[in-house]
Amino acid sequence: MSDTPLFKVTIDNISIEVPAGTTILNAARIIGGDVAPPAMCYYSKLEGSGGKCRTCLVEVSKGSEKDPRPMPKLVASCRTTVMDGMEVKNITSPKVVDARASIVEFLLLNHPLDCPICDQAGECHLQDLSYEHGKDGTRYEFQRRTFKKQDLGKYIQLHMTRCILCYRCVYTADQISNKRSHGVLDRGDHSEIATFIEKSLDNNFIGNVIDVCPVGALTDKTFRFKNRVWFLKPMDAHRDCPACSGKVTLWNRGDEVYRVTARKDQWGEVEEWICNDCRFENKKSTDWIIEGPRLIDRHSVISQGHYAGKIGLTMPTETFSAVHHGRQPKLLMDIHSVSEVNQTDIDLSSINGPAHSNNFNSNKD
Amino acid sequence: MGRKLLLEKAHVEGIRYFDVYRREGGYRSVEKALKTMTQDEIVEEVKKSGLRGRGGAGFPAGMKWGFIAKPEGVPRHLVCNADESEPGTFKDRYLMEFIPHLLIEGLIVASYALGSHDTYIYIRGEYAWIPDILEQAIAEAKANGFLGKNILGTGFDCEIYVHRGAGAYICGEETALIESLEGKRGNPRIKPPFPAIKGAWGRPTVVNNVETLAAVVPIINEGGEEFAKIGVGKSTGTKLISACGNINKPGVYEIDMTISVEEFIYSDEYCGGIPNGKRLKACIPGGSSVPILPANLLLKTAKGETRYMNYESLSDGGFATGSMMGSGGFIVLDEDQCVVRNTYSLARFYRHESCGQCSPCREGTGWMEKVLLRLEKGKEKLVISICFGISKAKLKATPFVPWVTLHHGRWLLQSVILEMSLNGM
Ligand code: SF4
Ligand code: FES
Repeated sequence: MSDTPLFKVTIDNISIEVPAGTTILNAARIIGGDVAPPAMCYYSKLEGSGGKCRTCLVEVSKGSEKDPRPMPKLVASCRTTVMDGMEVKNITSPKVVDARASIVEFLLLNHPLDCPICDQAGECHLQDLSYEHGKDGTRYEFQRRTFKKQDLGKYIQLHMTRCILCYRCVYTADQISNKRSHGVLDRGDHSEIATFIEKSLDNNFIGNVIDVCPVGALTDKTFRFKNRVWFLKPMDAHRDCPACSGKVTLWNRGDEVYRVTARKDQWGEVEEWICNDCRFENKKSTDWIIEGPRLIDRHSVISQGHYAGKIGLTMPTETFSAVHHGRQPKLLMDIHSVSEVNQTDIDLSSINGPAHSNNFNSNKD
Repeated sequence: MGRKLLLEKAHVEGIRYFDVYRREGGYRSVEKALKTMTQDEIVEEVKKSGLRGRGGAGFPAGMKWGFIAKPEGVPRHLVCNADESEPGTFKDRYLMEFIPHLLIEGLIVASYALGSHDTYIYIRGEYAWIPDILEQAIAEAKANGFLGKNILGTGFDCEIYVHRGAGAYICGEETALIESLEGKRGNPRIKPPFPAIKGAWGRPTVVNNVETLAAVVPIINEGGEEFAKIGVGKSTGTKLISACGNINKPGVYEIDMTISVEEFIYSDEYCGGIPNGKRLKACIPGGSSVPILPANLLLKTAKGETRYMNYESLSDGGFATGSMMGSGGFIVLDEDQCVVRNTYSLARFYRHESCGQCSPCREGTGWMEKVLLRLEKGKEKLVISICFGISKAKLKATPFVPWVTLHHGRWLLQSVILEMSLNGM
């Protein structure tokens, strides 16, 4: 629309003019760099997304030219539209930095932190978020919520334990497939993504939920445990596909295609949805016309040195308890659904001396 | 003795039924409004009355009505929020159970004022026996020409439907309530758009609390100005308070907002004091999501002035040394009660009832419950640092519960400090 008025908004002291109706987040993304708040649930391609995770909080220090009062609380930038003359603080606001660290802490409370055995590791937004905005260590000393792994049909596996309930996969299924057969059941910290009675997800476009999932909750069964993403070389490629655009990224090692994903933009969002056929059934390099290497500029481990200086290659010198401020956490996450060794209901720190198998004998009364 | 507007006739034998209710002067406001007033005049009258939403937030009802969009050809709806689920609050139940026609009467007038031909009562699932009472009242009103087509020959049509919720606290938040009414999962919507622009089924919708709608009846009968004379300042009219906890006479009281908190707790007309001569320890004056106040800050404000039972006085001191009128759920704790224990049980409630949409509340309420339990058992050392972390995540109250999350963080602090100070630590 040509007659949409332009609003001037200043984010972290950088001014920019954007059409009325733009959200603060999108305005910040136009500026780019550190000014853009992290977004774990908002997805520009999915209508109605956002407003859930709260990582995109910013401080509005001036409401608008007309009404310069600051907003009393931090606002979710992905769902707040700009006003003319608005002034926003993202990384320049200590309040925001602090609150964001708290949000990271919340998101990780029930997260298993099983990155070593998670296929998403290396391209996980939650990993990025915690490295960039979180604090080291956790203050949580309770049993974490766990779920059994679930097969959602022949291509997709659900690790609910890792889910951060961003609702993106729900919106995806709603908006690009003709029938959604999964959703959020229950509520609060016991809510879960599920199909109610184990159904399979078999819409031809449902594979895209794997790409939109910011964490390793929805993974590609044809790729599970096959390789680490940072050993793979991303290549743009296409094929003639009757169902979708056929434009994908191949993840190769040598000549072998390990997996196929949609192409993602600099914010990690899918550029064009691809069909299950392209994603799961065409894994020969002869199926594809290679265009050239895909530049990955955002993701952690894939783009080497992303954390240099912050984490870098230095080995941590602190001991475990130093990281935990002198405390001995009672339990570590049970990374299997049922751990035989470290039973989550047993308080290790209250066992005298080294743990003995008797301590874990579940038959004793 | 304060004036009663809502519960004046609540004890008349058989008031639950149309005949008695009508004989006692019921449905006069419908006749007056529909026959002699325009829609705008009614809205104006409600604005003049200064009536504030009785559900908890205290937003002026007339203003809310004034916001409703009126696009051509799009139906509008009035929804009565009877999802009373704040712990400690049971005033709406009392009203619906004993004098249901008052609500129906208010609903008809409000529906007329807002142009709603299909009006809904969204009632919490746990009030299992009340929908029958309401439905009977609706049927009686209909049989007597106060509902249905061409009400009292004025050409105005209106139907009232009772919709049962499935028992979720979050559905008391208006946008979650609308989602649930539409048959969806009761998650709050992101505002804007506000329901007055796009509510149920995308149509302009006003959601009002039961007591607010009932209060429309005396406003129309006596005029907004008369109503505004009762009470004090911006706290006009009367307010139903559901008092519970350690008091001699728990129950629902109608007050005119001029009495002091002390009088409310100790006078025989209201709560009748604390049983067994115990001392007052603390009180949650407006339902579980308002800040708890220790006895010294409850009876007097931080400035040493007497605290009164009204919106302004209860919130004097902000969240630091004041509280809120909230939904009128008045919970009194005597010296034998443990504030930590009480906070734990509320935290458990919020954990259970969090809709799970936003991460701070979804994850934070569970954490708090666990921390509080451990504190209660005497094992927690880190509580203060953790509650600072939680209250840091102060969020805009777009979705609903983060507000609660914020209070929780503060509660933790307050209850610990309170508990310590009371134990002379
Ligand atoms: S499964 Fe993934 S995409 Fe779906 S809600 Fe969970 S984290 Fe989000
Ligand atoms: S990205 Fe804004 S709330 Fe999640």
